[in-house]
Amino acid sequence: VSDLEAFRAETRAWLAANCPADMRTPLDDDEDRCWGGRKWTFKSEGQRLWLERMAARGWTAPEWPKPYGAGLSREELKILRQEMRAIGARSPLDSFGIWMLGPALLKYGTEAQKQKYLPPIVRGEIRWCQGYSEPNAGSDLASLATRAEDRGDHFIVNGQKIWTSYADKADWIFCLVRTNPTAAKHKGISFALFDMTTKGVTTRPILLISGKSPFCETFFDDVRVEKENVVGEIDKGWDVAKYLLTHEREMISGMGLPAGRPLGQVAANTIGSENGMLADPMLRADIARFDVDAAAFQIALERFGDMAKAGLANPATSSMLKYYGSELNKRRHELAMAAGGSDALEWESERSRGGEAARAWLRTKANSIEGGTSEVQLNIIAKRILDLPGA
Amino acid sequence: MALILNEEQTQLRDSVQGFLADKAPVAHLRKLRDDRDPTGFSRDLWKAFAEMGFCGLLVPEAQGGSGLGYVEAGVVMEAIGENLTPSPFLSTALLGVTALMRGAGAQRNAELMEKIVSGDLLIALAVDERAKHRPREIAMEARRSGNGFTLTGSKTFVVDGHVADRLVVAARTAGAPGETAGLTLFLVDPKVKGVEIERTMMVDAHNGARIRFDSVAVDADAVLGDVDNGWTLLEGVLNVGRAAVAAELSGVGEAAFARTAAYLRERKQFGKIIGEFQALQHRAAHLYSELEITRAAVLKALQTLDQNFDKAGPIVAIAKARAGASTTLAVQEAVQMHGGVGMTDAFDVGFFMKRARVAQEFFGDAAFHADQLARLNAY
Repeated sequence: VSDLEAFRAETRAWLAANCPADMRTPLDDDEDRCWGGRKWTFKSEGQRLWLERMAARGWTAPEWPKPYGAGLSREELKILRQEMRAIGARSPLDSFGIWMLGPALLKYGTEAQKQKYLPPIVRGEIRWCQGYSEPNAGSDLASLATRAEDRGDHFIVNGQKIWTSYADKADWIFCLVRTNPTAAKHKGISFALFDMTTKGVTTRPILLISGKSPFCETFFDDVRVEKENVVGEIDKGWDVAKYLLTHEREMISGMGLPAGRPLGQVAANTIGSENGMLADPMLRADIARFDVDAAAFQIALERFGDMAKAGLANPATSSMLKYYGSELNKRRHELAMAAGGSDALEWESERSRGGEAARAWLRTKANSIEGGTSEVQLNIIAKRILDLPGA
Repeated sequence: MALILNEEQTQLRDSVQGFLADKAPVAHLRKLRDDRDPTGFSRDLWKAFAEMGFCGLLVPEAQGGSGLGYVEAGVVMEAIGENLTPSPFLSTALLGVTALMRGAGAQRNAELMEKIVSGDLLIALAVDERAKHRPREIAMEARRSGNGFTLTGSKTFVVDGHVADRLVVAARTAGAPGETAGLTLFLVDPKVKGVEIERTMMVDAHNGARIRFDSVAVDADAVLGDVDNGWTLLEGVLNVGRAAVAAELSGVGEAAFARTAAYLRERKQFGKIIGEFQALQHRAAHLYSELEITRAAVLKALQTLDQNFDKAGPIVAIAKARAGASTTLAVQEAVQMHGGVGMTDAFDVGFFMKRARVAQEFFGDAAFHADQLARLNAY
């Protein structure tokens, strides 16, 4: 315990000295997040410094083992998060490399692959996107058709991905390709990495209901991919893909965590209070029930992290967390719209920061679709945890 | 601290679950009900609890107790919930002991403590006065008189009140209903003049009582804690009760769900196992998620009572609100998915539904606790 207390004191002092002032304010909107990568323009000197300093300590990937991450224990990681929360510190880096690809590389990558790809991920120098879904492979992901033809030391990839998040902003892609078209659908898939600037890769943003384009269509036209860029064994990429999906689900379930200004406060500002209570008792009750569930969900995430560390967690638990977290986040934004009233309906004004509330609300509707729909998660729970027949 | 049970706690869980599944499964409750048992629980089982160290679970070892904490208390409560075992464990070993330890210090009541530990003294907590749990609204009067006080008023939903050897009674020595100042806790012998107790058998075949106090004279040393400043002590005792009942509810929900999931795996209709139908699979998977998230909140509440008792209010409210809501869903789905057989008295799932309803109401329902959380968050 005294070691942990020392770690806390040290962490607190370091954060106090090194977290820039503008990185201690709540995110106003998604534009304030730092994604890094070759094409990234920092929004402020504070944002640049914060990433650089945190990366230097390995604290952009605090629980990854050394030498790639900081190698923090579960307890140390909790302390780091608590201390960051205590000063309102923003995440120094949002990254599919850290949340999704990194864990898969740590488990399935060769030594050379780890050394090549992990350090630039931790430093926020390479931004990754995920090439999973295709027009005809959504919930039934394993039916994907993007073809990778064996040409000896390399593959030639042809096909199309869709819903590729930030493909237009990404530097590299981790991509599922079919290397054996005659095998059963789960058995002919490989997990490949390639640079988005490779000849034959093009992206086209998709305009969504939010008026934004976080997702793209991504096309591959005779794209050359070296065999050394395949993670795991050729034709056995489905194992890597599934492992990565559990991390994606955990990432998305994190959206269920408290974020932004508390709903009760947002509503009090627009609606007002009577005797210290929100002047709309029905909305107050809805928000209170949401707060109960969101707080319990945060504790559940902590518990399942502890269980995983102790080897007690069913891997399918990530489906439960993904299901619950994404549904919670949709609920949060429905309530935020109700709390904001007509103020939250403005689409373009500066007052509304370009319709931030409405656009964020619409964005959340994808939460229960991306990374496996809520229905797919429920199928997985029924089969893998509840052992129900024929599921 | 990790949100999982440690090795000793896991062993305790396994042993208490095994013990109750053997000695006091649902059939035990059914028999007590059918026999119209005047006590409402088995005194032999309570003696066995004493021998296993459960009656004095929270009592320090120096006083002959087990010296364990609220997480362990929750482990026992969860097993009680899974088996629907009627027991004075909550009223005596958790609420009574907490009130005595925090309100008087173990020393002052050494004799009582000894009897509690040996299973020879029962305590009941008398707080509610109306049909809904509203502890701030306590109106029962405790007027200063001579060296002591005179209590007048009535209490309801006093669990184990008809068999208790001592009552912990919350009354108003000052202030008006709605105020937290002016409340005082008293330890009252129910055999004194002016105490009238009516046993109220509840829907779940568990104990309850309505108690009338008609100018009941008590000495000054009947006061637990400080006169007029009993709110913090009362809240502490109530929070223990809320977290403990949340743990019990968690056990009720788990057991109801386990029976339902087993039924989904065996019942056939339309030539199929009904668990093959996606309509049922998704509802079962959703319910599972709700119960698991509640389980985390309940464990956190119990750990917080052990580590930071005075700061446990918000997490206890979260745990009780969650447990009330998710277990209500579990028992409703249990009866629905069992179909007609779930409606029969001969089948056990109805007992789970009944217990869930009572425990949901006990010490504040999900709405009460969501409201508490909103107040704590200032909206």
